[in-house]
Amino acid sequence: MSTVKFTHDHEWLRREDDGSITVGITDYAQEQLGDIVYVELPEAGSAVAAGSQLVVIESVKAVGEVAMPLAGRVAAVNDALADAPERVNEAPLDDGWLVRIEVDDPAGLDAFMDEAAYRDYVAGL
Amino acid sequence: MSRDASARETALSALHRELGARLVPFAGYLMPLQYAGIREEHLHTRAQAALFDVSHMGQIVIEGALDALETLVPGDIVGLATWRQRYTLLTNSEGGIRDDLMVTRLPDRLFVVANAACKEADHAHLVAGLGDACAVHLADDRALLALQGPAAAAVLAELDDELATLPFMAARACRLAGHDCLVNRCGYTGEDGFEIALDASGAEALARQLLADARVAPAGLGARASLRLEAGLCLSGTDIDATTSPVAADLAWTLARKYRDGSAMPRFPGAAAIMAELAAGAPRVRVGLRPDGRIPLRGGTELADTAGRSVGIVTSGSFGASAGHPVAMGYVERALAAPGTRLEVTIRERRHAVEVCALPFVPHRYYRGRGTPDP
Repeated sequence: MSTVKFTHDHEWLRREDDGSITVGITDYAQEQLGDIVYVELPEAGSAVAAGSQLVVIESVKAVGEVAMPLAGRVAAVNDALADAPERVNEAPLDDGWLVRIEVDDPAGLDAFMDEAAYRDYVAGL
Repeated sequence: MSRDASARETALSALHRELGARLVPFAGYLMPLQYAGIREEHLHTRAQAALFDVSHMGQIVIEGALDALETLVPGDIVGLATWRQRYTLLTNSEGGIRDDLMVTRLPDRLFVVANAACKEADHAHLVAGLGDACAVHLADDRALLALQGPAAAAVLAELDDELATLPFMAARACRLAGHDCLVNRCGYTGEDGFEIALDASGAEALARQLLADARVAPAGLGARASLRLEAGLCLSGTDIDATTSPVAADLAWTLARKYRDGSAMPRFPGAAAIMAELAAGAPRVRVGLRPDGRIPLRGGTELADTAGRSVGIVTSGSFGASAGHPVAMGYVERALAAPGTRLEVTIRERRHAVEVCALPFVPHRYYRGRGTPDP
């Protein structure tokens, strides 16, 4: 069973079997952004400081930034988004994933909301 | 979504909410940004027909010695036939553009549509310039609906069959859904379409009747922006403003022929500067812009030549859902304005290649079936 956690900035963080963490934005976030036309991803292998800007997502009308809450290194990026950024709208939790991070402290994930807590959070917005 | 408590609503606000619109403050009004989604609305407009609420735009009526408007605009008003419409500009004394306007000549008055953000200033400017010759009234109890797309004519013909053959840039007064309307065949999308002005009290009934047609879907300001960009049409205050001349803006075609051929003396503000620039060429001119990749170009982004020298600026940009790539326009030095010229932008510290393109990005499909459009 993989663990999925959520941030107050509407990112999801999923722990994979190899210990790395896959990052994406939630359905609420893609809905707020509207039609996504461009995703700017970091280079694989680059270092990530906690809280640093990781990904820029541009919709027709808005520019959204995804910050990485945990420090680590970029293990992989979703290259398919270069030609098909709309995948983030269509499948934000699946094909629309953004990056995979090897985090310095895997236990850091525990501090974030689980799905039920995130659902309550969004309901209160 | 932030809500500006002071924002005014249009006659269709309740309908927008019922249709699930995302409402945003725009030019002092709470306006629908989107319903189903900008891309879907954009594509539907080019495939069938979309209904836009543009009631925030100014509707100004001029009565009296109508030809006096030629003292304020570079277009030919004397030569504008009754029931015909013309796109023209309010210029300033330096030859810049205060606003762009659509002017229709009716039997006893001129009907002017002005941009929402400028309408009070335009009204004051018209009153100051025409006050002795004309009565100028800015209506605040009117609505304006735009029905745009290849099916628009067939949809409206079911309400008034004469509209099917109304010439492009012509007007007709008729009753639609039981309300007196002034219909102009024009629009801001590059498609065939109509703008329907009527009393605010009739707007919802007409909008509901149009939306009941399966070919019609509501569309918001988001789709309106990407459609007009693909069509190469300027947004006043963004692509044209007090510092851009009609020549720089590639709008010299709006200068009356009688001024261009010297057969009449222009009297509009800034005429000397504009006519001189028409002869000499503007230092910077408006062009279409397309990045090589998918990165959207946004207004305010500086344009550089391939040596890194600043040569211009992007004024507006979006993703062209029909073009299938980002679309933008901006101003560049005249020597670099030819389509195919390679430029660069720097966005978030990365350089991206941009090419100058001919406008429009998507060919206009205006109605050419009957009548001769005004030059």
